[in-house]
Amino acid sequence: MGRLAENIVHFARVLRRAGLPVGPRQVLDAVEAVEAAGIGARSDFYWTLHATLVKRRDQHHLFDQAFHVFWRDPKLLDRMMALMLPEIATPPDAAREEQSRRLAEALFGDGRPRETAEPDIEIDRSETFSAEELLRHKDFEQMSVAELAEARAAIARLRLTQDDTRIRRTQPAARGPMIDMRATLRASLRAGGVIPLKRRTFRHRRPPLVVLCDISGSMSAYSRVFLHFLHALTNDRDRVHIFLFGTRLTNVTRELRHRDVDEALARVAAKVEDWDGGTRIGETLRRFNIDWARRVLGQGATVLLVTDGLDRDAGEGVGPEIARLHRRSRRLIWLNPLLRYERFEPKSLGIRALLPHVDEFRPVHNIASLTALIKALSATPKPERKAA
Amino acid sequence: MNLPSTIDETVELLARGAYVADRSLATVIFLALKMGRPLLLEGEAGVGKTEIAKVLAEALGRRLIRLQCYEGLDTAAAVYEWNYQAQMIEIRLAEAEGVEDRSELGKDVFSERFLIRRPILQALEPAVEGPPVLLIDELDRTDEPFEAYLLEVLSDFQVTVPEIGTIKAAHPPIVVVTSNRTREIHDALKRRCLFHWVDYPDATRELAILKLKAPKTPDNLSRDIVAFVQKLRGLDLYKSPGIAETIDWAEALTALDAVALDKELVNDTLGALLKYQDDIARVAGSEAARLLEEIRMAARAAD
Repeated sequence: MGRLAENIVHFARVLRRAGLPVGPRQVLDAVEAVEAAGIGARSDFYWTLHATLVKRRDQHHLFDQAFHVFWRDPKLLDRMMALMLPEIATPPDAAREEQSRRLAEALFGDGRPRETAEPDIEIDRSETFSAEELLRHKDFEQMSVAELAEARAAIARLRLTQDDTRIRRTQPAARGPMIDMRATLRASLRAGGVIPLKRRTFRHRRPPLVVLCDISGSMSAYSRVFLHFLHALTNDRDRVHIFLFGTRLTNVTRELRHRDVDEALARVAAKVEDWDGGTRIGETLRRFNIDWARRVLGQGATVLLVTDGLDRDAGEGVGPEIARLHRRSRRLIWLNPLLRYERFEPKSLGIRALLPHVDEFRPVHNIASLTALIKALSATPKPERKAA
Repeated sequence: MNLPSTIDETVELLARGAYVADRSLATVIFLALKMGRPLLLEGEAGVGKTEIAKVLAEALGRRLIRLQCYEGLDTAAAVYEWNYQAQMIEIRLAEAEGVEDRSELGKDVFSERFLIRRPILQALEPAVEGPPVLLIDELDRTDEPFEAYLLEVLSDFQVTVPEIGTIKAAHPPIVVVTSNRTREIHDALKRRCLFHWVDYPDATRELAILKLKAPKTPDNLSRDIVAFVQKLRGLDLYKSPGIAETIDWAEALTALDAVALDKELVNDTLGALLKYQDDIARVAGSEAARLLEEIRMAARAAD
């Protein structure tokens, strides 16, 4: 067992380096499992390790590859890793440099070019708008670097509140609609005589929020800023799912959940493959409906669709898919930066396909519109009462 | 019935329960039994996850305790509840008899006599035939607080009732957790479980399952059905048919006295197989005819 256990530990280390989250507990499990199952056929050994080291379906493929390379020649993979090191070492180094720059900023004051920002503010002060006010209405597309930084900070402060929905769990309340039998009995034992009725009421919680954000070329000025908003959102509440789409659909929820905004965005950038390309709204919505809708739209989710509706496939297949998405979500809100133009008309085929199926249609191109969005999200819509 | 001591014995055990398992599933079941760890089964609806727990209970001669999860499931429905009516009567009786000692009455009212045991508490109690099989079905339907509560239960196999104390299982139950992935199960819970993704079976295994579960189906028809369903799973459908649907379809076709698939028959019975209108609209008609033609070609090539 000695050598084998050692090799399993080694194998686990390889998996970990390849990106599987294999903890010490799982390694112990794996050794125990191999002891329990005995070493028989190769396939049994494979599935024994699989049972203990793989915890998600999407990890299977990586495990499979690593297994076949590693257990043929344990040294081979190491050699391959060593060969690959110079290449894979580049991105982490860049990240470290970025971090150390930020560390330096944190230690010795921030290196943001104040000089360029301040004259702007001087001019702004002579106007009736305050600097912040002007910034609030300035289009993301026209912002300078410094202004963008300010915008990001403002976005990071935005919070969603009060969009609670009632759930089936209950909590004690003085005037609830239900009687809490357990508390009532306890109280009656204490008091005696008249039974003091204790009550409960329904608890409230925030519904899941699902964001589908367009990152194609025509959206690039907005999507980058909007990602900051999405990051703030992801870290502010639970049950948020973020998807980015251009020509394909990517789930970036895990990446965005990283506390540090720069680190999170770097991870997103590394994961998404179709930045600034075309948009295939119909196709990506279809993928979402098939692969994700059942998993993330449960429990009355609110869906934010962020796109300008300009579609490479000229709106093909958009209609039925958006209709399906609409049926599954509690509330479907479409955010469109094109709405900033006063004479906006829904001419594009993609836009015309989307329009009949959204509950709300709002602009999103500056901080003021984002704030308005949050206000809209915060107000719980009254349930529609059907006439008897 | 004793627990199996090798993977081969596990395969036999499942076969005795009329469950056709592939080697990977048998391995993970064997390990879960041997190591006394909960087994987390994920997979599409209708691939036979729940069935595994039922078969295990039956083949091992253990009691099956099922906890069906839903949103809002709380400890009162899953673990224990007090029998309030009986408690009230007890209090009234005590008052009628003129019992003055309140603390004594409290002890009496909150005793095991008035405790209603729900699935999880039942699973922790000793049983003559051996620890029961606890099936926690569709865990993804509960909310996170209940999942967090399960962490304690699944790692220590104990439950705390404030009025009585901690109840701990002398022999931990065999736990099978299933999930359809309508929501991701938390990593902390996954770490405590052995994980297995239950996939759609391949053609050979599906044919064997069909022989077992729908024995009246003619051989030729069975082969057609399995080939057609396997083709359907290759299409980009909203909901691919599971094994349960295959069996339903076979039974429907047998009831119609069919001996082989043809276009009209497929169109008429597609509802047994596909559960979304969009999918039915897509497959019915020319697509079904095309798939049938492909099956015929493959069958001819095999002959």
